[in-house]
Amino acid sequence: MPHFAIIAVSILFDGLAYAMFLFITSVGLSVTMGLMGFVNLAHGAFAMAGGYIVVSLTRTLGIGFIPSLLIAAVTVGAVSVVFERGLYRRLYKATDLEQVLLTIGLAFMAIATATYFYGPIPKSVPLPLWLQGDIDLGFRTFPSYRAFLIVLGLFLICVLWYGFERTNIGAKIRAAVDNRRMAESVGINVDLLFTLTFAVGSGLAALGGGLAIQLFGLSPSFAVLYLVLFLIVVAVGGLGSLKGTLLAALVLGVFDTAGKYLLADAGGFFVFAITVLVLLVKPAGFYGRE
Amino acid sequence: MAASETTSVTTSAERAQARERAAEYLLSRHRFRWPEALPWLLAIAAYFLFPDRMTFGGQVLIMVLFALSLDLILGYAGIVTLGHAAFFGIGAYTVGLLIARLGWSEPLSSLVAAALVSALIGMISGWFLLRYRGLTLLMLTLATAIMLQETGNLRSDLSGGYDGLPGLVISPLFGVFDYDLYGHTNYLYVLGVLAAVLFFVRRIVYSPFGQALTGIRENVRRMHAIGSPVHRRLVTVYTISAAIAGIAGGLFTQTNAYVTLTVFDFDVSAKVMVMLILGGTGRLYGAFVGAVVYMVLEDHLSKMSPTFWQFGIGLLLVLAVLFARRGVLGLFEDAGQYFSRKRKQL
Amino acid sequence: MNIAKWLGLTALALTVGGTAHAETVKIGVVLPFSGANADLGYQIDKAFDLYVKLHAKDIAPHKVEIIKRDEGPPTGAQAKTVATELVTNDKVQILTGFAFSPSAIALAPVATQAKVPMVIANAGTAWITNLSPYIARLSHSMWHPAYPMGAYAFDKIGCKTAALAYTDFPPGKDSTDAFKAGFEKAGGKVTESIPLGSPVQVPDFTPFFQRIKDAKPDCMYVFIPSGAHATGVMKAYGELGLRKAGVKLIGPFDLIPDNKLQDMGDAAIGTIVMSQYSVNLDNADNKTFTAAWHKEYGPDSYPDFMSAAGWDTMHAIFDTIKKLNGKVDDGAKVIEAMKGWTANGPRGHVMIDAATRDIVMDEHAMEVIRRPDGKLGVNILSTTKAVKDECKVQKIGRCGS
Repeated sequence: MPHFAIIAVSILFDGLAYAMFLFITSVGLSVTMGLMGFVNLAHGAFAMAGGYIVVSLTRTLGIGFIPSLLIAAVTVGAVSVVFERGLYRRLYKATDLEQVLLTIGLAFMAIATATYFYGPIPKSVPLPLWLQGDIDLGFRTFPSYRAFLIVLGLFLICVLWYGFERTNIGAKIRAAVDNRRMAESVGINVDLLFTLTFAVGSGLAALGGGLAIQLFGLSPSFAVLYLVLFLIVVAVGGLGSLKGTLLAALVLGVFDTAGKYLLADAGGFFVFAITVLVLLVKPAGFYGRE
Repeated sequence: MAASETTSVTTSAERAQARERAAEYLLSRHRFRWPEALPWLLAIAAYFLFPDRMTFGGQVLIMVLFALSLDLILGYAGIVTLGHAAFFGIGAYTVGLLIARLGWSEPLSSLVAAALVSALIGMISGWFLLRYRGLTLLMLTLATAIMLQETGNLRSDLSGGYDGLPGLVISPLFGVFDYDLYGHTNYLYVLGVLAAVLFFVRRIVYSPFGQALTGIRENVRRMHAIGSPVHRRLVTVYTISAAIAGIAGGLFTQTNAYVTLTVFDFDVSAKVMVMLILGGTGRLYGAFVGAVVYMVLEDHLSKMSPTFWQFGIGLLLVLAVLFARRGVLGLFEDAGQYFSRKRKQL
Repeated sequence: MNIAKWLGLTALALTVGGTAHAETVKIGVVLPFSGANADLGYQIDKAFDLYVKLHAKDIAPHKVEIIKRDEGPPTGAQAKTVATELVTNDKVQILTGFAFSPSAIALAPVATQAKVPMVIANAGTAWITNLSPYIARLSHSMWHPAYPMGAYAFDKIGCKTAALAYTDFPPGKDSTDAFKAGFEKAGGKVTESIPLGSPVQVPDFTPFFQRIKDAKPDCMYVFIPSGAHATGVMKAYGELGLRKAGVKLIGPFDLIPDNKLQDMGDAAIGTIVMSQYSVNLDNADNKTFTAAWHKEYGPDSYPDFMSAAGWDTMHAIFDTIKKLNGKVDDGAKVIEAMKGWTANGPRGHVMIDAATRDIVMDEHAMEVIRRPDGKLGVNILSTTKAVKDECKVQKIGRCGS
């Protein structure tokens, strides 16, 4: 076994890359659930849609990986507006259970559609050369793709943080999460805010889906398989909180990686054990409101 | 006016009498009416009309029982969970392990054991987890079911892992009726168990206890305010629900003569919830309608095209939420009201 | 004399008439057509369809009627229900397919009770064939490739130490147990055995493989279910630079399924697997098979070891129908006829062992190379002929029952 410090660095690096993926894909779900109180289990389907768009763009149209990611994010974000205005809007006042069922139904339809057009065989994407190799720092080599994930994640965190904390719109969103009625009575157009937040959240999910292809491969069942993971991040982090989602993603990502490295037998146990422990102590998650 | 002048002073004997009268009143309002015989007549008719499909019929009845157990907590007490498969799996493995590791294969006593073990786990986990609601409870129950599955895999020497415990031979029922290839004995056996359980559940639901559950579902703050022991009631109904789910799981193992760790899958919890919602929650027989409709549709549509089936069930769910929020039975009720209004107009 | 001749001619006419009576043999196909594993189902089903289409005339005037049902998820319950109904409702005379071991395991008692032959086209748990005298298997057991790989790795690849990594479900444990048995017998030493998570989701392999990289064994033997897992393994192996670090990647054929190989890129070059099949296998039957496959399903579609097994399965069934003259109602006779069946197929020479009703076939050690035409392919390094399932031969664990 190599030096303890090197193991720690490995676990932190890999865990951080994994955490960035979790954050990017889950943050949209957390904010929409916190802001709109809407349980959107089709979130995984949006991520999957993003992934398949990237597959089609790169394989069939020969567009580069990075541009494809952007196009997929924007497209899914735009399409999600149609869903939000046309369908979700009618159920904002409905019970949690009804929202769960509606969105699960949508997810099933999405999976069936993906199976019909792409087949059940998992897909992969061709990566540009600079993402394929690794970076040699002497004591360890680091896969370039994961380094890219970390850099991208940090960049998005900064953008989102700035948008949330420093802009007018961010302030309005935070106000609406805190107290929707008050925000409405002050003249904030909460409806528009919902649509905007939902679009950005879904766009980010699509981005996450595109990024996931290299990590896990993409097949139609992606929509529900990884949904549980996103829900855990959201629940542990606290609904509607950027900080919470980030912290939850970091904790879960690093511990899961550490668990797999040190105690492979326990496997997925860690993620669920942590979830239970956190929720028993802080039922609303790290930064949720009771 | 002093408050004490308006409150009635009750002794414990008077309270017991009042409870009895309430119970009688409730039961009298819910005597067996003829529509209740319908599902049972249909089930027996199916036995004679479709003798070649009794294996499938047994699976449907097991799902009805499982959905019924979920109705107790979801429909009557209003608790939403994502881990009900945990109890189904516990019941399934209790029966499986009794046969595989202890050589005990008498069917009815195994079911009792399955019910007891599931009830125990239900009581313990319920006591801890039912203090939470919403997303928190969903995640906690989901995590519990998955951790049970992972534990089973860790001890795959005991559980057989994902390859499971095969070749479980069930002793003949009552020492006489053998389990045949066509599943005839099995179907009647499961039907009998279902009838017994339903009778029991019916009594619970149409009792003061059942009323308290409805109160908790509709307005839990009020229930706390009037001093109702909410948490205790919830744990009780959760325990009963777990026991029934355990029986369903035990029947599953007996019907298939086989059990694997997939009985704990998230899929199982999700499917039974969909079935119950489609049929209609809080109506006792919603479980029957929902499970039958779902399984029959799945059977037919899957044969045509599995992709088509998945799309279809998704669409059905979306339409149900948009237009038939209270499930098929809710639709019937609405139709009934519509027609009776029309009649009054004439 | 005249009467004798007349009787003789009548008897002859009756016999010929009897032979000329065309039977329709009903075959029930149970494969996963939905869900995450549907691609396995289709790989086998396509092979079935192709064989039936091309060889229908072989059993003329008899015909086959294929009834397909969805095996469902690997829980066994749906497979048991659909297969039981195929027998009781549709009255099939032969059951085949079975991608998952739990399906075959669940169905074994039914096959025995109903006296219907089960001809397994994929399910790989070693002791399945012991569960019922009506089971015959044409695909493989985990031990077929894994056990010979153990000796080969030590003797020919130069692996003195090996780390084992496997998806945490029975085929994974089975395969690594088999490799370990062969490897240690040859003199090798297993450094560690790492479970890689559940078969349902493709995990991030990086932490597991990083641990192996830090331990520096000569080789790593990896078992994962074929499909998305294989691609994930190759990606992680490449990203971590394990080959440069001196850890060779070895395993059974599931590591480099033919329909995924092209996606794996340079990382795959140098991987050595033990397999009974590859599209590049150089025998006449394989050439015909792959040509017919491409013609029917397009140039981008590739058969794999499951398709080859499916092809041989249908071949065995057809030969049995011909041998029994279409009279396949007696399940015991069908199985009897299959025992000792031998033929040449895409996998080379195959045979059904009369004692175990399991397959006996050649195993080839193959190395992934980049071919002159730019595509990835394999180079056959060596062939072990007529490999049996060593688990049953040595009666290890459940195989001995």
